[in-house]
Amino acid sequence: MTVPTALLRPGRTRTLAAFGLATVLLLLAPAVLSPFRLDLLAKFLCLAMVAVGIGLAWGRGGLLTLGQGVYFGLGGYLMAMHLKLADAGPGGVPDFMLLYGTGQVPGWWEPLRSPVAAIGLILLVPAVVAGLLGWAVFTRRVRGAYFAILSQALAAAFAILLIGQQQTTGGTNGLNGFRAFFGYDLADPANKQMLYLIAAAVLLVMIAVVRGLTASRFGELLVAVRDQEDRVRFLGYDPALVKVVAYVVAAVMAAVGGALFVPVVGIISPADVGVVPSIGFLIGVAIGGRATLLGPVLGSIAVSWAQTSISEQFPSGWIYFQGALFILVVAFLPGGLASVTGLLPRRRSAPAHDDGGTGTEPGTGLAAEGNRA
Amino acid sequence: MDIIAQLFAGLSLGSVLLLAALGLSLTFGQMGVINMAHGEFMMAGAYTAFVVQGVVGDAGVSLLLALPLGFVVGGLLGLLLEATLIHRMYRRPLDTLLVTWGVALVLQQVARDVFGAPNVDVRAPAWLSGAVEIGGLALPRTRLFILALAAVCVVALALALRATPLGRRIRAVVQNRDLAEASGISSRATDRVTFFIGSGLAGIAGVALTLLGSIGPTLGTNYIVDAFLVVVAGGIGQIKGTVIAATALGLMQAFLEYSTTASVAKVLVFVAIVAFLQLRPQGLVSVRTRSLA
Repeated sequence: MTVPTALLRPGRTRTLAAFGLATVLLLLAPAVLSPFRLDLLAKFLCLAMVAVGIGLAWGRGGLLTLGQGVYFGLGGYLMAMHLKLADAGPGGVPDFMLLYGTGQVPGWWEPLRSPVAAIGLILLVPAVVAGLLGWAVFTRRVRGAYFAILSQALAAAFAILLIGQQQTTGGTNGLNGFRAFFGYDLADPANKQMLYLIAAAVLLVMIAVVRGLTASRFGELLVAVRDQEDRVRFLGYDPALVKVVAYVVAAVMAAVGGALFVPVVGIISPADVGVVPSIGFLIGVAIGGRATLLGPVLGSIAVSWAQTSISEQFPSGWIYFQGALFILVVAFLPGGLASVTGLLPRRRSAPAHDDGGTGTEPGTGLAAEGNRA
Repeated sequence: MDIIAQLFAGLSLGSVLLLAALGLSLTFGQMGVINMAHGEFMMAGAYTAFVVQGVVGDAGVSLLLALPLGFVVGGLLGLLLEATLIHRMYRRPLDTLLVTWGVALVLQQVARDVFGAPNVDVRAPAWLSGAVEIGGLALPRTRLFILALAAVCVVALALALRATPLGRRIRAVVQNRDLAEASGISSRATDRVTFFIGSGLAGIAGVALTLLGSIGPTLGTNYIVDAFLVVVAGGIGQIKGTVIAATALGLMQAFLEYSTTASVAKVLVFVAIVAFLQLRPQGLVSVRTRSLA
């Protein structure tokens, strides 16, 4: 199919303007919002980082990854382990281990005492896991639905593993009760504000990275792989490599989001990383417009905000709302809100199949993806 | 003796997985539809058994009534889903996954609002209580019943696919949809019937699960991931693959659990499946076609 070029290169000035507006709004937030609301916003920004990665992997690359909770969790748990060890002091033992465990710090926790090693591992471990799984899966041309199911199974297995190893991971309770973040007291509102600013800056950097990637040759290849993988292979490229890179980038972004989520929210538990939250990450991306640059971020923040405000008033209402969003947005508005508001230029794109174009919205050439075995 | 006990545990787990995955292998295999609400159809079947028992009272009669009723309830839910949402989306399999996930969320919450969040119990009939002693080994009757039920379902489905006109139509559509249509088969009607049967099997699986423990709104989510793994490992479109994969996964889980822990076993099974797909990306049994990958 013809790739809508506007999708690859949105107007440069408009992107810059939107990016600048986002920066200004994010910087103004601390002045306007109460500390409680600012904390919430910081949490939403961390979740939006996962969405940025999903936007790249799923929106551009067509990789429906249902297991981003794993990478979010890896980043979060690694950070939480470091904070626990730092709280305990040099040679100390985290409190929950005295409760459930042997009172000894297991060997694989030890490297996380060093802040540098912790940050390095937060970036490295998810990249390696995603790289290995992606390489194993994509080079054998396991794709579409099969990949989605495998990534979901990974999330299920990871959550079960965390719950099962209570002595070293805190089990169902997860890790919580952090006092300081790299030496800064977490009870101090000024430090909370600093955390927010860090989250905002990191998110903006991620958006810039995705923008750079999608504007590059790699970005064009990624979209090409999504729409016509076989044709890309015939042209002499390796689609598996392209997919692995996109998947790894998405994984690292999710991990960074998880790592910042921990000091902001103060807890990480298997309930944040399992099958249900992993799929939950997708709805914001779908609403905002999966193939757009800012759509996933805005959609994710909007959904997080809706979740908080609806759950405050009707506890069971949120589930119905989320379910309805999945059904309505994905079935009837696959381009997301971006395709309605005109953020995405309406281009007539050729249908991916010769079915007269039913269900092929402009900008989402996802129809070609999927299992056709 | 330990090995035989593990063997039985594995076969028993495999039969539960098989019941959960059998319907999926039809809907996923035949139509390429990833129905995440399949687990919730199981949950609906389980609650059907609960309601029937509340009405009938006698545990034995209610179980025998609940099995066909669960099939019908699951099937009707499936039919409704197919007619309202899925038929619009046959060309977007990945999006179908997300839409049916939304349906699954709604169904779970409906169950929570109707039956309450706490788990409920369905009494097993007296003739299924206790165990059968074979060579000093106690085999619970409920487990044996589920093994038998899974076998009956597999045989019935295989016969239906092999020996009935409907089965011939289904196989024709699986093998080549366009050619089947050109030969005068209504693929729309075939799809609907297939979806009814596949979802109905989920209902039966749900009724069977009430024999193993208490049931709750999230019953389905506990099985759906494993059931999908069975279908992926077994290869699509063939019952044989699903049967072998379910048995193998059940046995593997049981033996690994015995030598490590339940949670580590889960992870190892996942790694084994990814490794297995390295050898056979299409799954255990696949229909050979000349399409790309």
